[in-house]
Amino acid sequence: MEGGFGSDFASGGGGGGKLDPGLIMEQVKVQIAVANAQELLQRMTDKCFRKCIGKPGGSLDNSEQKCIAMCMDRYMDSWNTVSRAYNSRLQRERANM
Amino acid sequence: GGSGTAMDPPSGAGLGGADPQLQRFIEVETQKQRFQQLVHQMTELCWEKCMDKPGPKLDSRAETCFVNCVERFIDTSQFILNRLEQTQKSKSAFSESLSD
Repeated sequence: MEGGFGSDFASGGGGGGKLDPGLIMEQVKVQIAVANAQELLQRMTDKCFRKCIGKPGGSLDNSEQKCIAMCMDRYMDSWNTVSRAYNSRLQRERANM
Repeated sequence: GGSGTAMDPPSGAGLGGADPQLQRFIEVETQKQRFQQLVHQMTELCWEKCMDKPGPKLDSRAETCFVNCVERFIDTSQFILNRLEQTQKSKSAFSESLSD
């Protein structure tokens, strides 16, 4: 059954051609989150390659893969520890102002 | 007076135009990003200093090292800015007395 389809479309998100700031803010937040994830992955890859791969062979052997897996988890642990420590320091500094 | 370290809030002035909601959003997100960037940077630096071979968990010695590392990094940043401020002050006093 048709009916009401056209009007539903037109009434959504601010109508006409106006930009919805709420939508823009959400999209920006997503882009920022993606950028942060990429940054994290890039640094993690660098660090874990250095720790786990000696002389590069023809493929990643089992021990190398296990090392990389553990390294990833430890890197995340480290990141979280640093994040908490930095946050605590910021709170302390603000409390002292 | 504050030294411009990793502690200062950004101004975000001029961005977001007339919309105060957007302006506020930009300020908040900029602040968050500065925080994130420093965490990335410190994690990388402190990993080099605190992590030997990655094990099944982060042991307490490594964890303590990371916490100390963060604190000392921020201390270093503040120290540098404070000393730079002092050196600049004494330099300008010196060059004034030299007026040629």
